[in-house]
Amino acid sequence: MKTTKPAADGLLSSAKLWTLTFAPLCWAAHFLASYLTSAIYCAKYAPADGDGLPIRIAVALFTVIALSLIAWIGGIGLRAHHMGETKLPHDDNTSRSEQRFLGFATLLLSLLSGVAILFTALVFVIMETCH
Amino acid sequence: MNDQARRLLEAWRTPKGWRYWSAVNNSEVGLWYTITAFAFLLLGGLLALVMRIQLAMPDNDFLTAEQYNQVFTMHGSVMMFLFAVPILEAISILLLPEMMGARDLPFPRLSAYGFWSFLIGGVFVCGSLFFGAGPRGGWFMYPPMTTQYQNDVGADIWLLGLSFIEIASIAAAVELIVGVLKCRPPGMRLNLIPLYAWYILVVAVMILFAFPPLIAGDLLMELERALDWPFFDATRGGDPMLWQHLFWIFGHPEVYIVFLPSIALVAMIVPTFARTPMVGYGWIVLAAVGTGFLSFGLWVHHMFTTGLPGITIGIFSAASEAVAIPTGMQIFCFIATLLVGRVTKSVCLLFVLAGLATFIIGGLTGVMVAIAPFDYQAHDTYFIVGHLHYVLVGGTIFPIVAGFYYFYPLVTGKLLSERLGTIAFWLMMIGFHVCFFPMHITGLIGMPRRVYTYPAGMGFDNLNLIASIGAFVLAGGFAVFLWDLLRPKGKQSAAPRNVWNAGTLEWLAEVPDQPWGVRSIPIIESRYPLWDQANFVRDVDEGNFYLADAEEGLRETLVTSTVEATPIQCLRVPGPTFLTLWAAIFTGGVFIFGTFHWYFAASASGGLAFLTILVWLWTGTAIIPEKPQKDVGLGLTLPTYVSGPDAVGWWAMFITMLGDMTAFMSLVFGYFFYWTVHEEFPPADAEGPGVLWPMISLVAALAAWGLMLLSRRLNDRENAMLFYISTIASIALACLAVGSLVGGPWLHEMDPTVHVYQASVCVLILWTVVHLLVGVVMQLYCIARRAAGKMTHRFNADIINVTLYWHFMVLTTGITALTIALFPLVA
Repeated sequence: MKTTKPAADGLLSSAKLWTLTFAPLCWAAHFLASYLTSAIYCAKYAPADGDGLPIRIAVALFTVIALSLIAWIGGIGLRAHHMGETKLPHDDNTSRSEQRFLGFATLLLSLLSGVAILFTALVFVIMETCH
Repeated sequence: MNDQARRLLEAWRTPKGWRYWSAVNNSEVGLWYTITAFAFLLLGGLLALVMRIQLAMPDNDFLTAEQYNQVFTMHGSVMMFLFAVPILEAISILLLPEMMGARDLPFPRLSAYGFWSFLIGGVFVCGSLFFGAGPRGGWFMYPPMTTQYQNDVGADIWLLGLSFIEIASIAAAVELIVGVLKCRPPGMRLNLIPLYAWYILVVAVMILFAFPPLIAGDLLMELERALDWPFFDATRGGDPMLWQHLFWIFGHPEVYIVFLPSIALVAMIVPTFARTPMVGYGWIVLAAVGTGFLSFGLWVHHMFTTGLPGITIGIFSAASEAVAIPTGMQIFCFIATLLVGRVTKSVCLLFVLAGLATFIIGGLTGVMVAIAPFDYQAHDTYFIVGHLHYVLVGGTIFPIVAGFYYFYPLVTGKLLSERLGTIAFWLMMIGFHVCFFPMHITGLIGMPRRVYTYPAGMGFDNLNLIASIGAFVLAGGFAVFLWDLLRPKGKQSAAPRNVWNAGTLEWLAEVPDQPWGVRSIPIIESRYPLWDQANFVRDVDEGNFYLADAEEGLRETLVTSTVEATPIQCLRVPGPTFLTLWAAIFTGGVFIFGTFHWYFAASASGGLAFLTILVWLWTGTAIIPEKPQKDVGLGLTLPTYVSGPDAVGWWAMFITMLGDMTAFMSLVFGYFFYWTVHEEFPPADAEGPGVLWPMISLVAALAAWGLMLLSRRLNDRENAMLFYISTIASIALACLAVGSLVGGPWLHEMDPTVHVYQASVCVLILWTVVHLLVGVVMQLYCIARRAAGKMTHRFNADIINVTLYWHFMVLTTGITALTIALFPLVA
């Protein structure tokens, strides 16, 4: 049986479709964690004046973790995007070009997810209480 | 035509006469789907005109309040559930295989089943209007109005009729995800996929996670209406807010679910008319994937005025602003492509530009209402009606009309008229803006939505009259467009092949088109192979690529690997059958009879649906091939049967179960939601299921799952006797799990109508029990397949997929048991 599977090519040949979703998943986790923490805290545990210090600390922590993960994922994307000499639009019919494309899209999604996380975090910078 | 081509044609021939309706091929099913969805668009449009007649004058009595409520509810429901979502599935089923050079999608019968379900459900829901029995709770059916104040059958029709259609949508989503991931032509790597396929992949995944929460919500509401389980009844601990959460977790992604496929059409049309590849391919993929994710973080912006904590509102307001970033990026890419290209004028492009301009206006008013203080003022006013129509007509309908002009020659071989198209365009464009722009002003000066009339002298009169005039001009545009679609074209010469000189694979279609899709499945080296690959069309036509023949007379297409699109299987796809039609009729019976509480008829219909689906599976899936592998051309030999993660069936099971788990998690979310809104949950005096029985069910389910893993291994070792023993033991344990799950509430005399706590425990148990029983049926099926010689150690797709189902089952039972047994101890 003839096999047409190409040989492993370059250091990021293991990059898969899933890698695209890692950065937005970090956003989703951060978003859900921030929302659920604040919703549960405000509904069940907040003092009468709605002081939000505990959730602000928690969200600060979530943000540091999420942004660190995204920076790491974005770094992988950036290295894949720059692999070799070829420039955009990464539309060659080669495994390398595909990896560069995936790297580039991962990088862009990391940037978008990072910005969206900062949007969420900003709410906790501005708002001091549940209300 | 040579012998090879003749054999291929014979295999893919469309059935004739009355058997035509047994066709399952994407070209037929996609066409029926498109026509049906378009018919529902026209119906929804007529309902809109009726509303505009009523609102043209103050104190008008053209409609009664009751009729108006039915009409606006049906307008919204028809447009969203029977047009916007189905048309995307329709166009995708019709065109996606062509864009990927595939002969068909991997599960043609599933597409046909989805179509028939959609047709039956749609006719049922719409038909209610003609008997004065239509739903009248608005397209989002808020309780307690729909649970306590509307006791007629209308809300049940909406809940059950549309749930049925939602299941069809999930079926289409499974089909499209597996299609994009596994049925691309060799060489079509992820960086070479047509942008349409990227968008559809994202949208189908969104459907998978967005529709199940609504199905869960429908289940809860129907249980309240039919059995008095008080999920939304505040006097018994329920909370209508849960419905709003579940509805909008579906409802906001839904906006993007209908927008992205339409914008995907734009992504196909723009490069063709700009005569250049799309600028910023990677940025558009970013936009599609990014929007897909962020759209799940916006749902609460529909609930800003419900009294949620300010910080929650802040989070969702911020996310609603953030989604404008990826949404805007793709529009910049389209504009950039048009700027760098050599644009040729056409009606298609006019509609694309109108769509983009209109959508941008709707997007900007969207950013306005994402800001909570502004939303407090605009909420439930005509400002929102104006905003959402700018988004949906600009983002969905105009691009779809552009798509009709663009793809009409591909499907019918005839061009639509540029002259009529230009007239239709200006009528639609002017009519639309005259109709909907004044609504922003009417809303800002205070006119609420969903009122059947208004008194004179409040400043609404002229604006409403102008809007009504605009609506009729818009309808005039649609009438011209409809005439252009339907007018006889017998004397009109056929359109040339690839009439727009496009670069993507669907334009390989011959005029008149052949049922085989493509003459041979090509090797792809470029994003625009028709522009870039030398002698490409000739090589495809001469059968110089893969599967140019159908020596066994079977319908075949290639399955390729997910990332690099390396061929891994020659997939035999099933041919025409009436089974899917019958299955849809019987499944429809369950929902339709259930609506009227005719439970005997519903059960009988359910039994017939079950048997039909069983026959369909038994005769049409995991068929042992006459030879294990075959030469597909160019010296490549591929297996004809694969199982596990290489197989399309495994992916379908996996994807379906992801959707299923999402619905289940929505019910679990409900349980915890009630915990957050109550001081004490479970209430101190409420009977629970106890700890013992749920724990027994958990242990039994774990053991049943373990034995299924063992059964799979025993089957692989051809140890038939032990396989049967192990599987039967697994069935017994699954039944024990079912019994003990039911035993907990039974022995503790829990009454689900007393309080929402009991109801939320019982609904989790109900869900789990039904799923365990389905799991038992699957186990019995494996035993029967093995006994009938249809499942062996080599041909083991059935048991591998059933084991995959059981992975999810053990997870479901575990979450249910731990939640209902242990959470009360820590709460």
